[in-house]
Formats: sequence, C-alpha cells, structure tokens
Amino acid sequence: MEVQKTALYNYHKNLGAKFVPFAGYEMPIQYKEGIVKEHISTRTYAGFFDVSHMGQFFLEGDKTLIEALEKIIPADLNNLKVNHSKYSFLLNNEGGIIDDLIITRTEKGFCIILNAACKENDIKQISQFLDKDHKHLLNNDLSLIALQGPKSEEILEKLIPGVVNLKFMTGSNFEFAGEKLYVTRSGYTGEDGFEISISNSKVEKLIDYLISNEVKPIGLGARDTLRLEAGLCLYGHDLNEKINPIEANLKWAIAKKRKEVGGFNGWEKIKNLLANGSKKIRVGIKPDGKVIARENTKIFSSDDNEIGFVTSGTFGPSVNAPVAMGYVKSEFSEIGTSIQLEVRGKKYGGKISELPFYKKSYVK
Amino acid sequence: MSEKKFSKKHEWVSLDGDVATVGITKHATEMLGDIVFVEVPDAGKAVAKEGQAAVVESTKAASDVYSPISGEITEGNKAIAEDPGSVNSDPEGASWFFKLKIKDKGEYDSLMSKDEYDKFCKENPS
Repeated sequence: MEVQKTALYNYHKNLGAKFVPFAGYEMPIQYKEGIVKEHISTRTYAGFFDVSHMGQFFLEGDKTLIEALEKIIPADLNNLKVNHSKYSFLLNNEGGIIDDLIITRTEKGFCIILNAACKENDIKQISQFLDKDHKHLLNNDLSLIALQGPKSEEILEKLIPGVVNLKFMTGSNFEFAGEKLYVTRSGYTGEDGFEISISNSKVEKLIDYLISNEVKPIGLGARDTLRLEAGLCLYGHDLNEKINPIEANLKWAIAKKRKEVGGFNGWEKIKNLLANGSKKIRVGIKPDGKVIARENTKIFSSDDNEIGFVTSGTFGPSVNAPVAMGYVKSEFSEIGTSIQLEVRGKKYGGKISELPFYKKSYVK
Repeated sequence: MSEKKFSKKHEWVSLDGDVATVGITKHATEMLGDIVFVEVPDAGKAVAKEGQAAVVESTKAASDVYSPISGEITEGNKAIAEDPGSVNSDPEGASWFFKLKIKDKGEYDSLMSKDEYDKFCKENPS
C-alpha cells in the first residue's frame, strides 16, 4: 500500500517535522524542539496535534441503526444525547477489543473516531451488522486537529466563539471561514482541550491562527508521553483483540444498562468476568529508579516469579520519572505492591501505581 | 590530554597517558533527542574494542554505547546517571561516560580525526 499523507504534510515539513511511518501514514514524530519541550508546552500552554490519520466514520439511520451498533459497541447508544460523546470499543465474539473509539451522537446518527491502523477492519466489522438503509461514510475530506492544554479554551474561543460553553465529552457545530466545522471538548493528553473536525481545504487556515497564538505543533512522540502520563491506552500496545475490557481495567466504559442486559459481542464471556474478575489486569507501574521499562519488559514478583509484562513505558516529563503500564496477575494488582522489572537482563525494583500518573481536572 | 578521536558508532575518545575518556558525540545526542536514562559501567569491568559498555536512552528508544577501545574501566560518570539530561547539554565535555585503562594505543590511533568524523556524518546521514 502506498504511504498516505495528511492534508498538512507540507505544512509539517515547513515546521521542521521529523517523520515516521505510522499506520500507513507519514506522520510527524517530533518537531525542532523535541519531545520533552513539546510535552511541557502542551501541559503549560497549549499544543496542536494533527490526528487526521484517524478515521472519521459517519453513520446515518433510524432506530435500527442503534440496535445494529449496540451489537458490537457496549455503550448505551439509545440514551446517548445528540452532541454527547462516549469512550467505548468494538468487541469480537470473545469480548476482545477490536478497537477503542469515541462515539458521538449526531442529528442523523453517529460519528465514530477510529484508530488509523484499525479503521479499514473496523468498518468491515461494523458493516456486518448494518442494513441497506443505514448510510455510512469514512470521510477522508476532513482533517482532525486536537488542541490541548490549559490555554486551549482562551485561544479557540477568540476564533470560534461559543466553544467555551462545551462541557467535557460534548460537541457542537460551529462556523469558521464560511464553512461548518465540528468541535468536541475531548482529547488524549489529560489536559483540557478540543478536537476540531475541519475540511482539508480550511485546515491550514486554522493552523495559521493557532501558530500566530504561539500554539506549538506536537508530534506523535509527545502525544505518547502525554497519554501515558494520563493513564490512557494506546491500541495495538495496551489493548488488542485478545484483551477484553475487564482485563484492560476499562469496565467503567461499558454502560451500566448494557452490563445488566448484555446483547453485544462477547457478552457471555464479559458477564462471567464481571462476576468473577479476570486472571490478569492492566495496572500502572512506577520503576523505583530512573530505569525505563519499555514495552515487553517482563514483570516479576518480589519473590522472582514471572507475573506479567509491560505494554507501554517511557519517561514522563511532567512526572519527571519513568512511567509504564502493563498487565499483571490480578493478585499482584494492588496499588503499592512491590514488583521487579527485567531490563537488559537485570532486575530493577518498581511498584504498582495508581493511574493516571498525572492528573488535571477536565472542564465538566 | 590528547586530541579527541571519533568512532563510526558516534563515540569520542581522548587520551591522558594510558587512561582514555569516552563519551558520545554531539551529533549522536542530536539523533537521540532528549536523553532520559544513562547506565555507566562499574570500575574493574573489562571491555573489548567495540564491546557494549554503557546504555543511553532517549524518550524514543534505548541504545547501547560501545567502547571504541579495549581496556579496563576505571570510572563510570555517576553524575550523568543522576542527571541524564546533562548529556544533551555538554556531550563532549563534562558529560563523558566512562574512563578506562587502555593496553593498545594503536586502537586509539586508528580512530577518526574530527575532520574525518564530520565528513563521515555528512556522508552517512541517519
């Protein structure tokens, strides 16, 4: 498959981006200032992220569309209000996570934001449940820009009046440069912020404005350190088709009503796990020293039995220490449990830690 | 102290009698990005020419640091293990990685000069 580029590719190039192939796209991993500075400027001011590689999947239909989607998504879509969003997933028959997503109710149906690497397969999986009357479109004419950080509201409000009124995990239509765009208050950094769905033809204009307000471009490198500090999962690393939401410590994301009534892929398995717990579970991990426990690092108990593995690990610039997430046998998942991490053949001490590592309150 | 010599794996060496000081080059730090973890060898450890001697990690990835010269470690620079970010600010000065007692000065002589190294980096952009 040919490598794809987002509408902002040349813009990134002019900003001094270093590119890496990611999910079939050439994406900026960092810009001139580097990952740590990009991370800090997002936490202290604001940064923008081009996440146009993600799928913006629109569905239209009547009540039967809700029934169809609820077979594969364990959210309470029937009671999701227009312009409200939920974090959820696509589940397979074993309750494994095919992808994690944000679903928003629109006037005519739903918009689902899908991970770039999964989007083609996701659409296949969703389509199995759709009728002829359900319209669907993966809209590649739209870019998606995340604006994240404490100054986001003030800066975006000047350009798009009214965004200040959005609460966390809600969205609305706005106008910009004579065109409609859709803004949600959401993100993937642990900061307040917005995601802006805007036509490819207008996106440069939006970025010009953000840069003139000293908003820094942020690459995938800092996106990863920011989301890990915020305790958020990265699909393909912390989540995959063999991991279910109970193991992933994401049972909060299954709607209460759906937990009781079921009726979605993998329900039997998940019902059982909800009652009895899972054998392994996703936890936060803090190495005691400075050593970084990266993906696939083996985790041992204090008496040297192998109990799990790391799925994401890096240095957290705002925590100013290494941070990681991984899966351990459930009996070792209590906060504060001492563990050992095997890095380059040597064991280093660490502890099961609360998530997130870094906490800031969202606007509710 | 002798002039600095350079290896193709982006380490520098300077020589004071039979004790060599080894670090990573400014060019290497620019490729690595923000350095967040360093592990240096303990005194007494024997290292072979081009053998793994230390570890450096950036926010992106972990890399081995090789010794461009064989010998016995006399000191690892604990200060950079305490403050890994200092390697970005002064890689070819205060932020050396380790010192070692060498046996064969010929290994030092065979390394690249500053000019040769600069040319090597230009011809082999990463």
